[in-house]
Amino acid sequence: MADNPNSDLDYPETSAPAAKPKRKGVKRRIFLAGSALVVGGGIFGVWWTDSNAKGRANTLIGGEGKHAFNSVMTIAEDDTVTLFSPHIDFGQGSHTALGQMLADELDAAWEKVTIEQAPADMAFANAALAKGFLPTMVGDTVAGLIPDAVIGLMARSMPLMITGGSSAIRFTGEVAMRRTGAAVRAALVAEAADRLGVPESELTTADSKVTHAKSGRSLRYGELAAGAATRSLSSDPVLKTRDQWKLIGKPVPRRDIPSKVDGSAVYGIDFTLPDMRVATIAAAPVRGGKLESVDEAPALAISGVEKVVKLPDAVIVVAKGYWPATKGLAALSPKFTDGGHSAMSTPAIYAAQEKLRKASGEPDNVGGEGDVDAAFAAAGVKLVEAEYRVPFLHHAMMEPFALTGHFKDGTLHLWGGLQDPLSTRAKAAKAAGLEVDNVVFHPMIMGGGFGRRFPDLVEIIDQIAVLAKQVPYPVKLVWSREEEVRHGTYRPQSSAGLKASLKDGKITGWRADYVQSGSAEGEVPFIYAIPATLRRHFAYQSNQIDGPWRSVNATQMGFYTESFMDELAAAAGEDPYQFRRKHLATGSRHLAALDMVAKRSGWGTPLPKGVGRGIAIVESFDTIVAEVVEASVKEDGSPKVLKAWAVVDCGTTVNPLNAEAQIAGGLIMGLSSAIGEQVTLDKGAVVESNFSDYPILKLADAPPAVDVHFIESGAKTGGIGEPGLPPASPALANALSAATGKRIRNLPLLTQAKA
Amino acid sequence: MAIAFSVNGKPVSVEADADTPLLWALRDDLGLTGTKFGCGIAACGACSVHVDGAVTRSCSVPISDVAGKSVTTIEGLKAADGTLHKVQQAWIEAQVPQCGYCQSGQIMAAVALIEQVGSPSDAQIDDAMTNICRCGTYPRIRTAILAATGQAAAAQQGEA
Repeated sequence: MADNPNSDLDYPETSAPAAKPKRKGVKRRIFLAGSALVVGGGIFGVWWTDSNAKGRANTLIGGEGKHAFNSVMTIAEDDTVTLFSPHIDFGQGSHTALGQMLADELDAAWEKVTIEQAPADMAFANAALAKGFLPTMVGDTVAGLIPDAVIGLMARSMPLMITGGSSAIRFTGEVAMRRTGAAVRAALVAEAADRLGVPESELTTADSKVTHAKSGRSLRYGELAAGAATRSLSSDPVLKTRDQWKLIGKPVPRRDIPSKVDGSAVYGIDFTLPDMRVATIAAAPVRGGKLESVDEAPALAISGVEKVVKLPDAVIVVAKGYWPATKGLAALSPKFTDGGHSAMSTPAIYAAQEKLRKASGEPDNVGGEGDVDAAFAAAGVKLVEAEYRVPFLHHAMMEPFALTGHFKDGTLHLWGGLQDPLSTRAKAAKAAGLEVDNVVFHPMIMGGGFGRRFPDLVEIIDQIAVLAKQVPYPVKLVWSREEEVRHGTYRPQSSAGLKASLKDGKITGWRADYVQSGSAEGEVPFIYAIPATLRRHFAYQSNQIDGPWRSVNATQMGFYTESFMDELAAAAGEDPYQFRRKHLATGSRHLAALDMVAKRSGWGTPLPKGVGRGIAIVESFDTIVAEVVEASVKEDGSPKVLKAWAVVDCGTTVNPLNAEAQIAGGLIMGLSSAIGEQVTLDKGAVVESNFSDYPILKLADAPPAVDVHFIESGAKTGGIGEPGLPPASPALANALSAATGKRIRNLPLLTQAKA
Repeated sequence: MAIAFSVNGKPVSVEADADTPLLWALRDDLGLTGTKFGCGIAACGACSVHVDGAVTRSCSVPISDVAGKSVTTIEGLKAADGTLHKVQQAWIEAQVPQCGYCQSGQIMAAVALIEQVGSPSDAQIDDAMTNICRCGTYPRIRTAILAATGQAAAAQQGEA
């Protein structure tokens, strides 16, 4: 097998070793943590336990007439509340929702609240995330024993400031924003009580004021802020109950939208500096290959081209603008090695995976309970087997990678958008051979991310760091779309064999053997009540880098499980919805979501000829989503999605307007990937190059509307950025099967449904 | 060579090679970064602008082709007094953007469609709105176009 590709990312001063697939209950979160990502950003343990971090953070965000609280927020003397979000924004809308959570507990007037990006500084390492992810890593019991102070230290030592794992609301919002708002409100009340000489119990708060009704006096938050900021804050303030919420749960318009309709929003790719040059790059077509040689002359002959820079595995052209840089690059004929991966291809990967799965070797990780072999061997059972395949998927964020770097007076400044400002700094420092303190990262908004912008897998950070050190002027490095498509960190190509035993219309045993780089165990819960289950992961690594792709392993695991559930229903001669019901616990949230989506979609009502209905339910990131898709088949055999429904239980919906958009968008991205997306390999290199051969679903092929319904169960708050996606592909495949009688087990669907 | 045309009602002259795509003249030479780069092959529509009123994917039009013509970008949609175009307003009311990167192009395509046909039908929207949105904002794009032209938004499916 090929070497792990990550170890080939050897820029002169860096060597980011690959995180090897972890075993036995070690989860993806640990994979992230192990590669220096755990959550960072500043909040929870940090402020309440560490006066150094708190002091530094408050110095960074405070200022003349602005009083800082707990490295999360300031109150200005004109009452303006500014929240500093440790999460970046790449379209998910969590800035506004975090603001709602803080402002609600604070009783701040919403129009006086502004939300900004927290600086990329260790003082803002996000302890709330560390606390949130901890139970997934070590289990609830152990997590509960770890003091907050230690969690704060963990967050900064990792350092942790990521946006991902659908974590902003469920962890940062719940743990940090609400508690800070409530604690600051209490401090403002205490300050007002002293000033007015009245007991705190006679004071009320609303609209950024503390009021003493008896005497008719009130004080503005801006007047109280200076005094309140000197008080110690309770680490366990009383939070509002659901019936007291004024902003949480309300469809508040997103704050960032006006700048996104008039062209004024500035993304990383839009950033400019005086005297700046623009560069573009071509890396070895085969991941793992090296640059052998390149004649620079043809590029330098293009007007506007200034410099050609060679990296171990790539060539960069620097010019006065993107167009001359592109022309310069096109003029070059660089020679790259193939890194010994010339035999790597899409069919070869599937063949190797199948061999691995069927060789009866030891799996790399196992999960499940009960005796599956005994269940399969029991008398009178019906055995059903099926194999599924899903391809590598490209993130296709609409804004290609672009980072601007300027190395001046010993300090490297970087501008752009990534999912973790702190580890971006660390990675750039390593690549440039600088101390972290000599790298300043200026986080900017992003044109999408979907998992592609986790710094430890983002090579452009190393590329710009090395490039900026070689030129005396600021330089913006922009990846072409072709570079984006061909050098992704893809959703893994994965395949699985599933087997189950049926007796009296119920599943008695379930085994899922799947092959891909990392284990999904512990990340993707198995929701069905079946006496014997066994999930076996076999680790396989191609020459590609497998990255987190929106909803991570829940995409392929959801497709396998929910496709197979339909196949088992068919084998049992039952309706797919009713069959699922029989395997979900009575009174469970899963059953409630499934029933609701069936009801809203009119499950069981007659459909026109050629139209089928498919159902699927997947839990991910603590959120349960059940979806129904109605679809038919076009003349060319490709699917036509007619309608779609989603029912979501994420516990509490902080901003229903935005949550609906996230779920509908996730569903559509799931349909897009199922219908036509695939990254394929030939001789070790990616075949696809652009949207011409990596088709993204367009408006005409998306459902005209997506009916999204939220169940406000009040359960532990779950994420919304990712969970809408996983049920979409199996729901569509199931709908096509219902429409045509043909079961499609390999994605993408393309024209496989053709009669 | 210098190529003269007008952008958002103002005459401009760009000193660049004749094969420079309009997109890069707008972004790199004129500093109008509201028009986005997505693919460079006219496949995604993020770079959509109007050239003499027609929606055009600016990444694939050389500036030599727009000499003497009138170009409108997202920055030029507002009225002189700063009032947003009705389509931009509808985009805010329907809360369309997520990451927002493709939305300049989506809005330029929608404005051109509405200027051409008045109140577009669903089928006309399907035909005209071929820009890619990776965030999947399509249902709200449709809602906003219908709302901007005084048509009822698509009825919700299922039960109320």
